[in-house]
Amino acid sequence: MEDLIAGAEMLARWDVVVALLVGSIGGVIIGAIPGVGPAVAIAILLPATFSLDPIVGLTMLLGIYGSSMYGGAIPAVLINTPGTAVNALTSYDGYPMTQNGEAHRAVSLAYSASFWGGIFGILCLILLSPVLAWIAPMFGSREIFLAALLGIILVIIAHRGQIFAAGMLAMFGIFLQTIGLDAVTYTQRYTFGLTFLSSGINLIVVVLGLFALSQAFFLLTTPDSSPEAKPVTGRMMAGFRELLKHKRVATVASGFGVILGMIPGTGEFTAQFMSYTYAQKTSKNPDDFGKGSPEGLIASEAANNAVPAAAMIPLLALGIPGEALTAMMLSVFYVHNVIPGPQLFQNNIDLVYGLYIALILLNVIVMIFLLFSTNLLTKIIRVPTRFLGVLILILSFVGVYSLRNSLTDCMIAAGFGVLGLVLKRLNLPIVPIILGMVLGGIMEVKLRSALPRLKTPLDMIDRPIAAILFALIVMVVVLHIRTLIKEYRAHLPEEDHDLHDSQTR
Amino acid sequence: MSRIKTLQALFKRYRRPGDIVFAWIALAVAVFLLSQIFAQTAYKPNGKLFAQPRFWPAVSLIGMTGFAAFHLLGSMLSERIEGRWTEVWLWVCSFEFAFWFVAYAAIVPWAGYLPSTIVFALLLTIRAGYRSRIILISATASAIGIVLLFKAFLQVKLPAGQVYEVLPDGLRQLMLTYF
Repeated sequence: MEDLIAGAEMLARWDVVVALLVGSIGGVIIGAIPGVGPAVAIAILLPATFSLDPIVGLTMLLGIYGSSMYGGAIPAVLINTPGTAVNALTSYDGYPMTQNGEAHRAVSLAYSASFWGGIFGILCLILLSPVLAWIAPMFGSREIFLAALLGIILVIIAHRGQIFAAGMLAMFGIFLQTIGLDAVTYTQRYTFGLTFLSSGINLIVVVLGLFALSQAFFLLTTPDSSPEAKPVTGRMMAGFRELLKHKRVATVASGFGVILGMIPGTGEFTAQFMSYTYAQKTSKNPDDFGKGSPEGLIASEAANNAVPAAAMIPLLALGIPGEALTAMMLSVFYVHNVIPGPQLFQNNIDLVYGLYIALILLNVIVMIFLLFSTNLLTKIIRVPTRFLGVLILILSFVGVYSLRNSLTDCMIAAGFGVLGLVLKRLNLPIVPIILGMVLGGIMEVKLRSALPRLKTPLDMIDRPIAAILFALIVMVVVLHIRTLIKEYRAHLPEEDHDLHDSQTR
Repeated sequence: MSRIKTLQALFKRYRRPGDIVFAWIALAVAVFLLSQIFAQTAYKPNGKLFAQPRFWPAVSLIGMTGFAAFHLLGSMLSERIEGRWTEVWLWVCSFEFAFWFVAYAAIVPWAGYLPSTIVFALLLTIRAGYRSRIILISATASAIGIVLLFKAFLQVKLPAGQVYEVLPDGLRQLMLTYF
């Protein structure tokens, strides 16, 4: 309880309050504009937060992360275009509702379900904290190495159908973090005699190139469009009443969000899909799904909004990010010399509780903002896409250049921007590169520090948690191969879909 | 939005035009980098294998080459998708905007953040095909807004323009600090 109060005290500062407001409201706006997305916004703002206190910077980024999905539901419902990739399933039932003249009902239901999922996720995080504080210290170097390895494997096999490409990109990410002067042996690695490579390739430069610049290039090289969303009339609170009729679906969907959010890879997508399938199978009106079912909409939105809180669990407890956004946040921790992981729960528990409270507050702020500003957001959605590309390009400059005032960084970021564009056009994932860089660095450091205690390779898994993690790795790989064989034998028809086209935003 | 019906389908990503070109390039890059492993990394005698500075570059590049080879094989065995070279041309065209970005970054330390951003925003907006007065005014206003937010308010570390040195005393100080 004392820690909780200490956490609340951390937030009782004007700069934290401003950061929370800017992050949560900014996140909703960014989420509502198709073509921007939280990854682009966080990448751009990341260097600006380095000069702020950790709690201020993290609150702002957390605000964007946690609130963007609320905004993303608006274009998904009104114009059949998800604002963020994880709102994709929302459009399945949200847009038919709009076509049936129930846009107001759909939007207010989406907000209510998002709020339910968001709060449920945070409550789970708070309830799990004592367990995390108990388990986290049991993670030594070898356990963290194995957890990072499991993360890499999960990220690769989550991209079924493109596993080789995902594997190649993850390995490329691991390779990127090895470039430069080796910190232990002081030898050069892949610097080709170039001075600027001695300090390595900066993660933020890569992130800005792959997420922000590539999105600008993508928008500037494709035909211009200006989505048309009609205003919504009616009281936005009405959705809460209807949500209470479907609280079972909302709670189970949030549960899926929490459980799958903790697992690296594609938490939001899997959580949404499983919740949606569950809702359909247990519904009294399963035929309405895809035609404007409120349960389908609730399942999708509750699940994806429960994920951000859950995704903080591996980040805070083990220092292992499960997806790109938490990987970016990890760099904020490192810049301020606050190392997420087992020690964080022992030394900085007030910061952890401060972040939990910030997550609750941001959900409340976003709900209040959305109750009054939905129609304003429908106007913002109309920003022409190429103009958006111009703005992202200008904003990306601040992000890259303010890091070290280096033109070389800008050139490297531009190069990664082109690579990101190619990957987006090819429907290939960007996330494995980022996670490869972050998790590759963790694996290298942890394996080295574990070595002195290892006499044989089997010593790597002679502790209970290490053995469990190893068993999980084996299980994941075996299950994946089994599924592939089953799929091959079943001769499932190839059926193209565009669900991942916006995943890289 | 197209629909997905199974959990397996959710995880699938489908090939797009130009995939094989990317696969060839990726394999060539991976092979080239791997061929440099002995020249670009060191090996410490008496050191453990896992602690060698060469270990992780080798693991990642061997993995990258293997995955890239299989990805290429997959592309070669798949049905050809029309529009390969149109797609590749679009990739090449994106370099133009990469040059715009680098040129903007090169001009800022010389011409100053505010003037460069306004000029860049206007030129790029015109390049993007917009001619209407509203969009051009919006571009200028956005440029000013971005400069005010990041440089004046957040005091983000950006160099002051050399041209500001020729301004009169009071104005120079103001421009150097806030714009």
